[in-house]
This record gives sequence, structure tokens and C-alpha cells, in this order.
Amino acid sequence: MSAADTTTPTEVPPPMSVPPPSRPVLPRRKRTFNATPWLLLAPCLLILVLVLGYPLVRLVTLSFQKFGQSQLWGFLPADWVGFDNFTGVLDDGEFWAVVVRTFVFAAGCVIFTMVAGMLIALLLQRVSGWVKTLVNIALVASWGMPIIVATTVFKWLFDADYGILNALLSKLPGVEMIGHNWFASGPQGLAVIMLLVVWGAVPFVVITLSAGLTQVPAELEEAARLDGAGAWGIFRYVTLPILKPLIVMLTTLSVIWDMGVFPQVFVMRNGHPEPEFQILTTYSYDRAFVVNDYGQGSAIALITVLLLLGVVAVYMRQMLKIGEVE
Amino acid sequence: MSTLAPGARRKSKAGWNLLGLLVFVTAGFPVYWMVNTAFKPAKDAIDPDPSLLPTGLTLGNFSRALDIADFWGPVGRSLIVSLSVVAIGVVVGTLAALAISRFAFRGRKIVIVGILAVQMIPLVAMIIPVFLLLNDLDQYDKLSGLIITYLTFILPFTVWTLRGFIVNIPKELEEAAMVDGCSPTGAFLRVVFPLLAPGMVATSVYAFIQAWNEYLYALMLLSQKNQTATVWLGNFTTKHGTEYAPMMAGSTMMAVPIVVLFLLVQRKMAAGLTAGAVKG
Repeated sequence: MSAADTTTPTEVPPPMSVPPPSRPVLPRRKRTFNATPWLLLAPCLLILVLVLGYPLVRLVTLSFQKFGQSQLWGFLPADWVGFDNFTGVLDDGEFWAVVVRTFVFAAGCVIFTMVAGMLIALLLQRVSGWVKTLVNIALVASWGMPIIVATTVFKWLFDADYGILNALLSKLPGVEMIGHNWFASGPQGLAVIMLLVVWGAVPFVVITLSAGLTQVPAELEEAARLDGAGAWGIFRYVTLPILKPLIVMLTTLSVIWDMGVFPQVFVMRNGHPEPEFQILTTYSYDRAFVVNDYGQGSAIALITVLLLLGVVAVYMRQMLKIGEVE
Repeated sequence: MSTLAPGARRKSKAGWNLLGLLVFVTAGFPVYWMVNTAFKPAKDAIDPDPSLLPTGLTLGNFSRALDIADFWGPVGRSLIVSLSVVAIGVVVGTLAALAISRFAFRGRKIVIVGILAVQMIPLVAMIIPVFLLLNDLDQYDKLSGLIITYLTFILPFTVWTLRGFIVNIPKELEEAAMVDGCSPTGAFLRVVFPLLAPGMVATSVYAFIQAWNEYLYALMLLSQKNQTATVWLGNFTTKHGTEYAPMMAGSTMMAVPIVVLFLLVQRKMAAGLTAGAVKG
């Protein structure tokens, strides 16, 4: 759900120096059906099918049904309405504004996260040991913060009247920010939420990329330097290609997480995001639980999932490569 | 860099260090400000010109936070949910991880792809059908309903992480044990399990943190009277609007134990997934 709450698992892929995990040994004899692995998998698959597979199917069917309060309480049957929910959503001008806003917001989060993460990882290679330790402590602390806590803290930092940020900015000559409401306008408020998302997401990127940077052979850098490459050249032609698999993985993960941002917006706006704060996730939630149109809410959620499929495919390919299950 | 004279290099090092300290201050400030506000006397917290340094130590904000709404009830419920999710998730996850890392069987790759793909579904998108499903199963507003729901995002994670720990345990050890007369189960219990235990602990702690931090499902699937700790914090308002100092005290109580746990396992999680057990 978020970089954290969404806290989806964080994985540092094994570095290249590790020999590939031994592949399962195929029995030499004719392969007979072995029930053991399936017995071991059964409880896991059972739970996933019940609580994930079934709702996923239900999400699709709901998208093609009229499903509101009356259907929820069982007064009326859920009627099939074909693509009505989708046409209803797609004809709604506001929906497209939400889609564009979501893309801009998620793109901003991903770009800032990756660029800041890369820069900090490179910086950590150049600082003294004690500075590195300090930065790592700050990073792990911000990474470990529950999203909901981070959100309340940012609410406080950016508070119009008593927030420390306005107070500090007002110390600058000629700046008077006390009482400035950061959430009066959508773009400004979303920029604050973006900062919150990036702040929470950067540590994972830094720590993963730092691990990756230790894999870059010094000889290669040295060779590039002898060939006359500057710092940028070395980064561009030596470091970047070696880090590429990690960068692809981190970027795809970030896209998936940042498209799924919900609690940050929801809690920042006290449970009722204004129209100019709506992104796909909150919009789908509103349609279902505020307007009680579960059909259209599901259609919006389904569209969101479909939009992400391409990104997911890239991630999966990368993971299968890294995990060497090919 | 290496082409610079020593003096210049020291100077550039100082410059990098200064930048590094700037990163430290920026990344750490929100955490510092949370703790700082939590211990401030309430009147100092709403000073229009707040002092950046601690102004005094008081526990008043904490007692106020505990008074505003029942705190221990939500914390207890969060504990029940998180611990149950971890217990089920790690046991079921270990079995599944063993299957995909130690057996060759038809359909193995599909299972792996499925488990990976499942993690990619944004949870937010699933809230509507999950809500309706729990409604149908009469599990709405029950902790058991929330527990089974949390397993959907905890299980794929535990399976994949534990798989990472298992493949780092050399197969040769198990094979040797079996040559010495252990059954496959005996070999697992005596050889693999002891080596896997630290990884299981780290995975459990990590899974616990994820379950503890979850907000949306907890908000949607439980009523106000059964709220969990994250929802308690998310709803932190009083009749007088938001009181930030107590809210920061509440945030500190929620965050500090989690950050400490996180610090404990973070290294192990990274190490377990990167350390090669089979030395070539």
C-alpha cells in the first residue's frame, strides 16, 4: 500500500558474487508425481485462493454489476449491466482529471525517490565512516516509521499556525509564512504528500543501491579513469550498467507502491480528501464507500490494476532473473 | 578522487561530509521533531516561534494521549492480530517455501510466478470485494476476519523471504544427514531448521511490523469500537480539533517500539538474502 504500508516485502537480491542457489535436482528416473510439495503448498494456496483469488474474481464480476446499498443488504439481486460501470466512469470528466493527477503524482514520487536515493547512495561512498553511520541511523529510523505515524508527523510539521516549517521559513528575510495553509490548494498539498512518500521511500532505495554499489569492481572504474573518463563518464558507463537490474526492480516497485498510495492522502485530509486531492485509490474508495456504488468503485479499482499490469510484467521478469528460477 | 593532491582530497572529503550531515539532518528531522514535541510542555508546543531544542521534559502529553480515547484496547487488538498473522504466516510460509525451494515438480514455476504476482496487486484495489466477502462470511468487525485478510499480503512475503533463506542452506547438509540415516523430515528438523531459525525470527519480526502498521483494512473491516492502534492514531482528534502535542506523544508510543524492532532485524533481513551459504 505504500512504500511501507504498503510495505510490501523488501528484498535485497543476492549479489552477483554468490554462486547461484543450487537448482532442484531432477530425479534421473522417470518423473513420477510427487505429492509432497503440493501437500506443503496446500495451506498457503488455500488461504491465497480464498482471500485473494476469490475477491479478485469478485472484483471483476462486480465491475459488470449494478451493486449498491440495496444489493449489499440483499434486498435486490445484483444485476448484470455489461460495461455500464466502465462507460459511467470513463464518461466522467472528473475521472480523467484523477487519472492524470495520479500519474503526475506517482511519477513525481518515483523520480524524486530514485534520484535522491541514487545520489545519497553515491554520497555515502565518499563520506567518512562516522557520517555514514549517522546517515544510516536516520535512514533506518525513517524507513521503520509506520506510515500512519509519518503522516501525522508531517501534518504537524506543515501545520498552518504552529508548524515548524512555516516558523522556519518565516525566519528568512522578507518571508511571512505563519498561517500559510499548505493544503488550501491541491498541487501544493499533494507536493507535501509527495515529500512524505519520498521521505519514507528513499531509505530502502539507498540501502539497496548501496549494497549494489559494493559490487562494482574497482578495477573497472580504474580502467575507465585511465581511459580518460570523468566522474560522470564512470557513472554512466560503468556504475549504471552494473546497477541496472537493481534500478529496474526498484523503479517498478516504486511505481506500484506510489500508484497505490492511500493512507497518506486519506489521513492528511482527515478521511475526506477534497476533489483536488483525489487520486485513483481514494477515488475508487469514495465511489464505493461514500457514494455506495460498489460496481463503479470496483471498475475504477480494476482500471487501476490494468494500468499497472505492464509495470508488473517488467518487475516479474527482473525478479525471476534475480531469483534465478528460470 | 585519487588524482587529487592529499590536501585537496581532505578538503573534498570535508565537503562530502558536510553534505552527508545535511542528509542526516533532513532525513532525521521529522523523527526528532516528533519526539521533541511529545516531551514538550503543551504550551511550548504551540509557540508560534518554537525553539528547535528541547524546552523541558514532561510526560503530560502522554497521559493526555492516553485519556483522549482508549489506547490499550486498540494496542491489545493490534497485538492479537499481528501475532496471529505472524504465527500462521510463518508456519504456512515455511512449508510453502520448502516446497518451492527443495522440490522439483511440475507447476513449480507457475506457483512462484503466482506468489510473486500476488504481491503486486495493490491492496487498496481489493478492499471492496474483501469487504463484501467478509460481510458474506459474517466476519465483518471480527479480528479473525482481519487476520485472514492480512495473510494475503503477509504470506507471499514470508514465502518469498524464507525461500531466500532456505536456498542459502546447502543441500549437501541434508543429503549427508540422510546418508547417515535421517528421514527427510528428520533431516529438515535437525539440519535445516536450526540454520533457518534466525531467518525465521527476522521474517517474523518483519511480518509483525507490516501487520501492525496496516491502516486501510483495519479502518474498513472493523467498527469504531474494535479499532486497532493505527486507526486510533489516524482518528486522533478531540473536541477542540487536533491537539498536536498529545498526538506526537501517541505517535512516539506507536513508532518507537516498531523502529527498535526494525533496527534489530533490518540488517539480518539484508544479510540473510545476500549472504551466500555455499562457498564455491
